[in-house]
Amino acid sequence: MVTALSNKPKMSTRDVSVFYGDKKAVDSVSIDIPSEFVTAFIGPSGCGKSTFLRALNRMNDTIPSARVEGCIELDGEDIYRSKMDVVQLRARVGMVFQKPNPFPKSIYENVAYGPRIHGLAEGKAELDTIVEKSLRRAGLWDEVKDRLTDSGTTLSGGQQQRLCIARAIAVRPEVILMDEPCSALDPIATARIEELIDELRGRYAIVIVTHSMQQAARVSQRTAFFHLGTMVEYGHTSDIFTNPREVRTKDYITGRYG
Amino acid sequence: MTEALSTTRTPAFEARLRKRYAAERRFRAAGLGAILFSIAVLLFLLITMTINGIGGFQRLMLKVDVDFTQVALTVPPGISDRAAVVRALEGQGLPELVSFSAERSLGEEAAAQLNPNAWRIVAADVAANPALLDGEETFALPAGNRLAAAYSGGGQAELAPLANSLAAEGKLSKNFDPGFLTRSDATDPQQVGIWGALKGSMLTMLVTLSLAFPIGVLAALYLEEYAKRNRWTDLIEVSINNLAAVPSIIFGLLGLAVFLTLFPNMRSAPLIGGMTLALMTMPVIVIAGRNAIKAVPPSIRDGAMALGASPVQVVFHHVLPLALPGILTGTIIGMARALGETAPLLMIGMRAFVATPPDGLTDPATVLPVQIFLWSDEIDRGFVERTSAAIIVLLVFLLVMNGVAIYLRNRFEKKW
Amino acid sequence: MQEHTVKAFDEDITRLRGLIAEMGGLAEVAIAESMQALVTGDEELGNAVVERDKKLDALETEVDALAIRIIALRAPMADDLREIIAALKIGGVVERIGDYAKNIAKRVGKIEDRKRFEPLTLIPAMAEVAAEMVHDVLTAFAARDPVLAREVIERDAKVDAFYDSIFRNLVSYMVENPATISSAAQLLFVARNIERIGDHATNVAEMVHFAALGTLPPER
Repeated sequence: MVTALSNKPKMSTRDVSVFYGDKKAVDSVSIDIPSEFVTAFIGPSGCGKSTFLRALNRMNDTIPSARVEGCIELDGEDIYRSKMDVVQLRARVGMVFQKPNPFPKSIYENVAYGPRIHGLAEGKAELDTIVEKSLRRAGLWDEVKDRLTDSGTTLSGGQQQRLCIARAIAVRPEVILMDEPCSALDPIATARIEELIDELRGRYAIVIVTHSMQQAARVSQRTAFFHLGTMVEYGHTSDIFTNPREVRTKDYITGRYG
Repeated sequence: MTEALSTTRTPAFEARLRKRYAAERRFRAAGLGAILFSIAVLLFLLITMTINGIGGFQRLMLKVDVDFTQVALTVPPGISDRAAVVRALEGQGLPELVSFSAERSLGEEAAAQLNPNAWRIVAADVAANPALLDGEETFALPAGNRLAAAYSGGGQAELAPLANSLAAEGKLSKNFDPGFLTRSDATDPQQVGIWGALKGSMLTMLVTLSLAFPIGVLAALYLEEYAKRNRWTDLIEVSINNLAAVPSIIFGLLGLAVFLTLFPNMRSAPLIGGMTLALMTMPVIVIAGRNAIKAVPPSIRDGAMALGASPVQVVFHHVLPLALPGILTGTIIGMARALGETAPLLMIGMRAFVATPPDGLTDPATVLPVQIFLWSDEIDRGFVERTSAAIIVLLVFLLVMNGVAIYLRNRFEKKW
Repeated sequence: MQEHTVKAFDEDITRLRGLIAEMGGLAEVAIAESMQALVTGDEELGNAVVERDKKLDALETEVDALAIRIIALRAPMADDLREIIAALKIGGVVERIGDYAKNIAKRVGKIEDRKRFEPLTLIPAMAEVAAEMVHDVLTAFAARDPVLAREVIERDAKVDAFYDSIFRNLVSYMVENPATISSAAQLLFVARNIERIGDHATNVAEMVHFAALGTLPPER
């Protein structure tokens, strides 16, 4: 069993704790996010996995009472304390949310918005190329290429989520964070998104928070189990699900928890 | 299966079920009744206004044949200023020609009832078309105030038979008077017009909107998006809510105390009136704006922020467009209230008799509600119809203003 | 051990273990009875053993079906998964053990003049060790006890030693008394069957260890 990573980790955290006011939601988590694999965070509700995920792209900054301690690094640079601009950070570390949230604009505009505000395209032709490439990579191009001017909200749930993924890809991120991306979708749409995640693996470092252990097992290569704010165990997905080291992990994945 | 149904549908159950349906029907009837009552009141208002006001758009006219060949009148060439031409014609004796023609057409008694300023209409027509001076022309000239009052059934009753006989001969008629909308205030109800007040209202509303809307929207954005939640922002919120409920006359006092000491020469100006009304309208826009901004789902903000949009970009690209319909609704409400306000504008002096329409924002002016108020105070009976007509003009203005705002709101709702 | 949140899952697993225990009991009885039939020459008992083997086969089919159902419906993970896979394999192995006992019972009528075979006293002793191994390893499965499982593995050496000794004994007897070769050969097969039972019990022990710890026991 290989414990050391072949490449340097894309993101690494050391003793990261997240507080909401006085309440400690995440307690001293140290984990490396590899760049070539999908990492899954699993755990019961309220265990802090979503809170920790949101700390990775500083989305907790929007909550006034939230406070982050510890060190989170992206390519070796501390994302909180260094001069890294939070707007640029969020372009490098994208996020897809639980409930698909396309902007109430056209499909084209949804995908073009990010590149536009970051100045990634010079001229309409280049923007068109970026939009098409992102939609292709998200597996949505064939379904929407004839109706790019339709509103993003006219798509089905699964399509909307793929649109959100295309939107995130369009700004050329290095990491994609996914917060329970399939919980609002039916099984077929879920399967398509999981296949998409598999296709994106390697090109982006992907972190997925999921409350479905089966999904974590299907989709990820590394899994971290969170419980009551601490990270209990981290390892290869196949090991975690066939022979976990910690009793708490075992109780959770065999359904003996709660 | 049927057994299960019959065990639950006992007589007691049936009785309860009937009562519930009866309650439903009563509630629906009550709602329908409320709506019908409101519609009835609205229709009553509109119909009475229209009936009363339709006369205000008409004017009593006398037919006069004028033979220009009888007197040698010439239009001085090369003068483009209409007023100078009229003065020249006056000097040449046009008013006397008109009176003479009136006596010939209508008789001496009727000619005396001609509006003393009727000749100006002839002069204006001649100035516009000097070819008229070569022949004869029939003019419809406004009757005097007393004849008009007598024809309507009030005023001096002794003129009534004269009026009726002239009408029978076809020389007297009540015609639609488009000049009502182009003339300004006057002392004579036959010559009065609404344009001065209309223009004054438009200019005042323009000032109000251009001050209240940006300030209100920006304040709402700041309070919702940027300000921290602490005691100071709570205090501000309470203050704004109270401001929206303050009686409008207080704003008049404010305008008097502050604006007129700052700009003492602009007593009746739309600028001052607009500023005063802007103070009154702004809290309404802020409140509506805050509610509209609060209603924008946080998922949209999260989505934009996760793409790396800065806070300003999130607000202007996403929040504001989605909140705009709600903001516009608040603006409509605020502006409608401002349009109809009389008290604060009276306080700052927009109650003067203004005979010419204002040219700019700093000229003395009056507004529609004030004009209505002033006319309704007049003793002369001829003003009654004019007042109702002015009310109709005010209502139409309000509808147009609201229509534009609703169109804008729908356009934004569809687009986003 | 804590129960599953979904109680039906625990019921399924309990039923599976119950089936394995039942199979184990039947296998032990088969070994004992086939030995008795062999020693006393009781052909009727032998036929009964052969007949009862069908029950063991039926149980194995039931274990297969139940294990497949649990995997499909419950998506077992970690130790649950290992236990169910182990139960699936153990079912097959115990059925094979029953087959060996049946095989032994079948040979009862083929042995003539048993009293002169000295090894006939050794064979029951060997069978008892093997039977104890089977009994203990299934106890280890029920208790999820890897230590007991490893201890059972150790005992296979004894069974092998028994087999070697009986083999030498029978071969030398056959050389001295060629007339008895066919009966002696039968006894050879019987001893071989018991030795195989011991090996299979070792296989079960390895699976018990894997189910409990996730690894196979170290090579002996």
